[in-house]
Amino acid sequence: MPKSSPSIDMTPMVDLAFLLVTFFMLAASFRSSEPVEVDVPSSISDKIIPENVLLVTIDKGGRVFFNLSDPEARRELLMNMAGKYKVAFSEEQINKFTFMSSFGCTMQELPGYIEMPADDRKNLNTTGIPLDSTNNQLKDWIYYGNIAALNSGKTAFEEAKLKGDTPDPNDFKPKFTLKVDNKAVYVHAQNVINVFRDLNLNNLNFITSMEMAPL
Amino acid sequence: MAEIAEGGGGGHDKGKKRAKKSSTRVDMTPMVDLAFLLLTFFVLTSTFSKPKVMSLVYPAKPDPAQEIEPQKINNAITFLLTEDKIFYYSGQYYPVNAPGPKGPTVLEETDFSAKGVRKLLADRNAFVLKGKEGLDKKLKAKQIQDSTYLRMLVDFKKDPESLKVLIKTDDKATCKNFIDLIDELKIAEIGVIAPVDILASELDLVNQKIK
Repeated sequence: MPKSSPSIDMTPMVDLAFLLVTFFMLAASFRSSEPVEVDVPSSISDKIIPENVLLVTIDKGGRVFFNLSDPEARRELLMNMAGKYKVAFSEEQINKFTFMSSFGCTMQELPGYIEMPADDRKNLNTTGIPLDSTNNQLKDWIYYGNIAALNSGKTAFEEAKLKGDTPDPNDFKPKFTLKVDNKAVYVHAQNVINVFRDLNLNNLNFITSMEMAPL
Repeated sequence: MAEIAEGGGGGHDKGKKRAKKSSTRVDMTPMVDLAFLLLTFFVLTSTFSKPKVMSLVYPAKPDPAQEIEPQKINNAITFLLTEDKIFYYSGQYYPVNAPGPKGPTVLEETDFSAKGVRKLLADRNAFVLKGKEGLDKKLKAKQIQDSTYLRMLVDFKKDPESLKVLIKTDDKATCKNFIDLIDELKIAEIGVIAPVDILASELDLVNQKIK
């Protein structure tokens, strides 16, 4: 009788472990792998990043990256850009592009960039999306991105309406966000902001990390 | 044949029966291993806090065909940002060669501490902050609705007596500086924020100050 077995009853521990696994699985939103690490400034703002978003990232070296959140809009955007810059994409490349994160390369480099494995993209020595006055590709990305995101937002709005909700059309319009690095020189951000302003898009959002408001 | 298989050792019959009566417990170790592996994976890869955004409305670009008279700004403060310093002057800018009633503009230095920009802005924008305090009280006492509160707050911010802020940056200013300043302006409930281009003479003033 005193010779108790050395094994312990693990059931409660397993219960707990699986409970936690389930919780984390459901609660987690995955960090999509971005081609650059950006250390964002902090602010007291508690506004959460909107759904339909057009994002321009500026890293500490001043390189510019572009991203559009909606996959459908990305497809339309790439079609338009391919037509404008006369760069051909295969069907497979277009599909890959719709699920990619930010990218920072010229239109001419883009097919090769899409084919690259995600790890190589991080180490790629790019100059970012060009935005100088002779070759302002960023302006076209933003211009066509805005149109594509407006269209996809409109369909999403109609769908929400059909469901019987009373959605606010403004929630479905694309929001323009800038993700700037702490150490980036403001002039680089200013150049990008000027591109937005040239397109008459004056309402910009800066991505920041949360900070407590002073009492 | 089956008999042979079963009758391998008649003497072991007793032992076999005992084996069948083994406990219903399963060895859970591999499952626990797996569960904790998954747990660790999800804990490490998940991000909880969604990024926050701070919105800033830029003034529309003026039409180059239209000549706009430079507006006279009454209650304004201009911040000049450089590498890690922050300068400011109040009201209109008077260059050295065209001094105003109080002589040419002199830059003053401040910093991002609670006693620096925050106090400066709180003092200068007391009109709006006091108005907001009154509105907050009314809201708490349920004398006004949420929408009325927001509308009245906007009215306060638009009032001629409220402080207007212009931000000018030189080519060494960092984004962190800029965002920090905007943040301070939002804390001080500044309604009109205008990032504008720096003048060459202002740049000279800043450079003199840095030296």
